[in-house]
Amino acid sequence: MKKTIEFMLNGEAVSLSVLPSRSLLSVLRQDLELTGSKYGCGKGLCGACTVLVDGNTMRSCRVSIESVAGKKVLTIEGLAPAGDLHPLQQAFVEEDALQCGYCTPGMIMQAYGVLLKDPQITREEVIRRMEGNLCRCGAHKRILQAVEKAAAVMREGR
Amino acid sequence: MKQEKTMLDLYEELLELNFTDLKEVPQLTANRREFLKLFGTGILILIAAPDAWAYQEGGRRRPQLPDDFNAFLRIGEDGKVTGFTGKIEMGQGAITSLAQTLAEELDVPLDWVEMVMGDTDLCPWDMGTFGSMTTRFFGPPFRAAAAEAKAVLIEMAAEKLGTAKEQLSTSDGAVVDRQTGKRVTYAELVEGKKVLRRLDGKAEVEKPSVFTIVGKPVLRSDSVEKVTGKAKFSADLREPGMLYARILRPPAHDAKLLNADLSKARQIEGVLIVEKPDLIAVLHENPDIADEALAAIQARFDEPSSKINDQTIFDHLLSVAPEGEVVAEGGTPESMPAESDEVVEHTYLDGYVAHATMEPHAALAKIDGEKVTIWASTQTPFRLKDEAASALGIPAENVRVRPPFVGGGFGGKSYNQQAVEAVRLAQAAGKPVMVSWTREEEFFYDTFRPAAVVKIKGATDSSGRITLWDYGVYFAGQRGSQQFYNIPNHRTTAFGSGWTAGPGTHPFKTGAWRAPSNNTNTFARESHIDTLAARAGMDPVEFRLKNLSDEKMKRVLKAAAERFGWTPAKAPSGRGYGVALGIDAGTYVALIAEVGVEKNTGRVSVKRVVCAQDMGLCVNPEGSTIQIEGCITMGLGYALSEEVRFEGGKVKDLNFDTYKIPRFSWVPQIESVILDAKDDPPQGGGEPAIICIGAIVANAIFDATGARLFEMPMTADRVKKALERI
Repeated sequence: MKKTIEFMLNGEAVSLSVLPSRSLLSVLRQDLELTGSKYGCGKGLCGACTVLVDGNTMRSCRVSIESVAGKKVLTIEGLAPAGDLHPLQQAFVEEDALQCGYCTPGMIMQAYGVLLKDPQITREEVIRRMEGNLCRCGAHKRILQAVEKAAAVMREGR
Repeated sequence: MKQEKTMLDLYEELLELNFTDLKEVPQLTANRREFLKLFGTGILILIAAPDAWAYQEGGRRRPQLPDDFNAFLRIGEDGKVTGFTGKIEMGQGAITSLAQTLAEELDVPLDWVEMVMGDTDLCPWDMGTFGSMTTRFFGPPFRAAAAEAKAVLIEMAAEKLGTAKEQLSTSDGAVVDRQTGKRVTYAELVEGKKVLRRLDGKAEVEKPSVFTIVGKPVLRSDSVEKVTGKAKFSADLREPGMLYARILRPPAHDAKLLNADLSKARQIEGVLIVEKPDLIAVLHENPDIADEALAAIQARFDEPSSKINDQTIFDHLLSVAPEGEVVAEGGTPESMPAESDEVVEHTYLDGYVAHATMEPHAALAKIDGEKVTIWASTQTPFRLKDEAASALGIPAENVRVRPPFVGGGFGGKSYNQQAVEAVRLAQAAGKPVMVSWTREEEFFYDTFRPAAVVKIKGATDSSGRITLWDYGVYFAGQRGSQQFYNIPNHRTTAFGSGWTAGPGTHPFKTGAWRAPSNNTNTFARESHIDTLAARAGMDPVEFRLKNLSDEKMKRVLKAAAERFGWTPAKAPSGRGYGVALGIDAGTYVALIAEVGVEKNTGRVSVKRVVCAQDMGLCVNPEGSTIQIEGCITMGLGYALSEEVRFEGGKVKDLNFDTYKIPRFSWVPQIESVILDAKDDPPQGGGEPAIICIGAIVANAIFDATGARLFEMPMTADRVKKALERI
């Protein structure tokens, strides 16, 4: 039943013997102890579990571990080197773009995926692309500010 | 066991308190429990904060509660300052504002201060984190304790340096002799010493005018952990040998289990089954296999035949309402108004609303010999301590509750069903057990904001003065029900309580939801005030100013109108402007919205919201502004889209596909004005701004279109129907 699945996780090769139908989210949280990606709804409706697979944003609760074999997975833990903050993380801190913090990793990964594809993005487009990520504390206004601020930093950094 | 039950009953009552009008700080007199086991060397100041357990509506006291102090402050041998309180951090930012208060008073950098919150072994007893009480009731005593600690440090320094106390002052974590310039750090002073003081309130606190940290915007202290994914929430915790539990749930509230065939689940390797009369669970070290085992259970339930649904609930509530309790009264409200006065009577409806925190309830329980440890997403760790002890039949001293970060509460994490399940299963399994609810379980077992009805009769005279106000609230609760206008004949009556209503009232559990009772009451009151203004042919802001005598409320309203750029016009003016006022947790708020209404679809978009508030001393303006923004954004949900649909005991909205909460595209331009009132004691900040959202939206829809909405949420469908009625 179990199968060996190999993929790149946050820049490092991973090889696991797991049930291939399990969700990427579950494997990240249980087997790899990367708990930054959160369970929020289990149906891809809230975005708390967002990660990047080969540069595309994915709801890891809806992605089977089998389907990421041979691909590159990036989670919140791999966004910046240890002890460092990515410009998006830095901007979230500076703009106070979080309250309870539960949706935050998913928000940052979604924003990262969006900015990676289009660093020149307009605010309207950011809103459209972040629309599926839910926040209950009402930090939306500051999250948008943080994404715009980080976008400017990332554009300069390129 | 009897004693614990009494205690739990008490928690239930405490949750329903009306904290709005608490301003004075009483002295507490109960006996002190020995609570110093973790105190090594250093300076320890015990604090008795006037938490709401000292109060009851009507001024009754609760002297039998444990401990005569409920917070303390320690200055350790390293000179670092630690504040201990049973409150928890769930996003509201108290972890930052309390630390600011301590840093300010003790003249230490903010990062020298650590807050330890909610751990029942380390922190003294606390009723729970709700009611916007943390800064209000703990800010001033923490500040006083810090002042006391500073006085102790100065005494110690005077002895060490051989100088008079008067010559000494504090700066940057040290005591300094102003004449000689000699310095001695707090760490040097505290080393090897053990000083215990009880806060007597005599130490002089800094004057607001010399504040350098309090009142200045400060960023959250927990944000780096949260943006890197390192912050641990309950479901992120791991213990060696732990099992994940899935619990067999009924399809509807009050459904009875007829039989459950567990044979297939039993065949799955490594699955442990726990079968109790009221709890059937499958456990496995891998949660996915526990899921699989749960799906393998074949169960039959007898579902109750109740016909109540989200359409008929209001008639039902009116039919089961008990006798009313008069909350406030003045003049002769039963007399008919003068002939010239026009009586306007309306009924306002509000449906059930879910907390829908992004973090579903989770708990990890571990039993090690006699010692029980529970990590749980809870707003009430001490209540959980008692509940767990009661469920296991053990003394409460053996239970330690350690709340990690809590992913949003809003009142929904005041009950601890998931944690009691976890601890019972840990006992049965003999291993640590994690219970983390699915989103569907979260919606099913949420303690919804109660559906409610408000009936109001009001009248004005020919000059636009309100002459009569007769207000009856059914099952929303009393908080925010009292009107604050200058009305000669008025009465406020509450029929049924907020959420401790008797069986047969609500089809499922209900509970406190951010600014409980007040969202419904403010929607009804301020909608009706607007109706009276329109009948009187007056501008809604001018009408309110004319009928207010409370200067603080007038000032707040004027501040909001000024920031908004309000110009007088009778509604409906076509502009889509709506104003509303309210008081919550001691804070006065005025909000004004601008909305757009799509007349063919009924879709409402909120373009701009201005909030002005007087919250007394504002400790962290950044934190308070964030709370206002959060309140406005979250409030749009209950105003426009959120309602729990149900049929009998079956909840229909079980995930975010049909239960719609605010999203990025909904967020209006938000502007906040926090009025300068730094000489007044701090009031609540986490809830007040949310109470006006229903009314500003309803009033703005009326101003835009002439259609009046009497029911929340104001969905496109309801707005369209109201437009057709004009």
